[in-house]
Amino acid sequence: MRVEKDELVPCRTADDIVRVRKEVRARTVALGFTLVDQTKLVTAASEIARNTVEHGGGGIVRLQVVNDGVRNGLRLVFEDRGPGIRDIALAMSDRYSTGTGLGLGLSGAKRLSQDFSIDSKPGEGTTVVLGRWK
Amino acid sequence: MEQIPILRIGRCLLVTIQVDMHDRLAMALQDDLTEKIVATRARGVLIDISALEVVDSFIGRTLNNIAAMARVLDAQTVVVGMRPAVAITLVELGLSLSGVKTALDVDKGMALISRLIDGSVASADARREG
Amino acid sequence: MADAGRSPLLEIVEGNRSQLLESWVAHQLGSGSGQMRESEIREQSSRFLEEFRSALRSGAGGDAEGPSWQRVKEVLAEVSRTRTAEGFTPSQTAMFVFSIKEPLFRMLRAAVPDGAQLAEEIWKTTVLLDRLGLYTTELYQKTREEVIRRQQLELLELSTPVVELWDGILALPIIGTLDSERTQTVMENLLQRIVDAGAEIAIIDITGVPTVDTLVAQHLIKTISAARLMGADCIISGIRPQIAQTIVHLGLQLDVVSKATMADAFALALKRTGQRIGRSGPAQA
Repeated sequence: MRVEKDELVPCRTADDIVRVRKEVRARTVALGFTLVDQTKLVTAASEIARNTVEHGGGGIVRLQVVNDGVRNGLRLVFEDRGPGIRDIALAMSDRYSTGTGLGLGLSGAKRLSQDFSIDSKPGEGTTVVLGRWK
Repeated sequence: MEQIPILRIGRCLLVTIQVDMHDRLAMALQDDLTEKIVATRARGVLIDISALEVVDSFIGRTLNNIAAMARVLDAQTVVVGMRPAVAITLVELGLSLSGVKTALDVDKGMALISRLIDGSVASADARREG
Repeated sequence: MADAGRSPLLEIVEGNRSQLLESWVAHQLGSGSGQMRESEIREQSSRFLEEFRSALRSGAGGDAEGPSWQRVKEVLAEVSRTRTAEGFTPSQTAMFVFSIKEPLFRMLRAAVPDGAQLAEEIWKTTVLLDRLGLYTTELYQKTREEVIRRQQLELLELSTPVVELWDGILALPIIGTLDSERTQTVMENLLQRIVDAGAEIAIIDITGVPTVDTLVAQHLIKTISAARLMGADCIISGIRPQIAQTIVHLGLQLDVVSKATMADAFALALKRTGQRIGRSGPAQA
């Protein structure tokens, strides 16, 4: 897989969540995603961005335009240096929530993306990768 | 701070969301609406989200909360104008907004609220929600 | 650049270009490319030779990889595209490159007297041309896949007509097997039509659906949930006996209003929207 474009957007405050949504929308439009695919990825990004802000103590998002030789796609890499997640399997389950949310953040974002991976170490931070292909 | 305007039409409050809501704005709307319901003794709340391109779990939860709070204050909430792409995404996200009533547009939402207030379908709906 | 380092291949392509072009074009005309006009073959061949020469001259490796070969590949892409459009087979398309071998090798034999060196040159050239030939085949395949994908999409759209039965009442008769992708198209199509028509009720008729598995049932449920979020209700009609059994056996919660036939569903939809249809004439009064 080739990364054709790699941009960095901060994800520290509640306002940044709106900005992430806007940036992701613009990239999906440029890549020619269908309206439904645009909306799915923007919504997934919003969920993970909120996690990064609220649980990860803020971080960054990398917006990467990728190509696997046949298709173009958008990959979003959310990185924070927060407390991390102790039990990823538990955090991934529906309705699991640490805060006041519905607990759909991670599991919902996974359902809305074609590629999803999460990597976290307690005390070191969390990295979540979302991807969707054209 | 910016604010989402709330209009009063007869026994109803009409809210038209036209910006991409950030979390604080959604929370402020929730506060404003509950206060306005009490102040105006409104019986119905109509929330038009036809301009919203994204509804994530936070906004979805806010809509759910508004409906639940309004119910406690004896007002019916109807969310109107959700776009197809947003609806598909919400379902995939796992959010069914089961506590919120919906209609296609403001006119149909207004008619639904009138029927709900006049009780013609209220009892049937109460059973379904129970 | 030391002249001694110049490859015999480049010498031929540089020095004997028009001769090579002539015999190559003649070769192509003689072997199955009869569907194409000579002028077109000549034009494509000439452009290929031009870019092939530039690539060789820039000292590009003989592996057909890297930026120097990009222009050559662009010409091949064009060749592949036009031939696919004209219904050529993959071998006919690949023959464009392979057919240069005979005239080229003949010229190499004349230019390189030493047997060992000749074998070496022919080997290098054949490896290079084979790669370029395979490239056209890959492209051919990609182009075909693109065509198939587009046709699939068109088929999907054709196979899911949404009809307006009455004021505010839509019907979606589904015929054939529902797979994941088709269901998604059906779903998006229906929801959009609901908005366009301002329809409060949609009847999804599955009389023509042979089987319903868990995935399809889930898709149906998702469609109905999405429609509800938008403010429209769905009624399912035409659930066949086997499908009813499957649904129960799979333990699926199909929490929707369902009617045996489209007619029953339509009657219910009329009632819900406060409309009625009756016979005209005295019987009505």
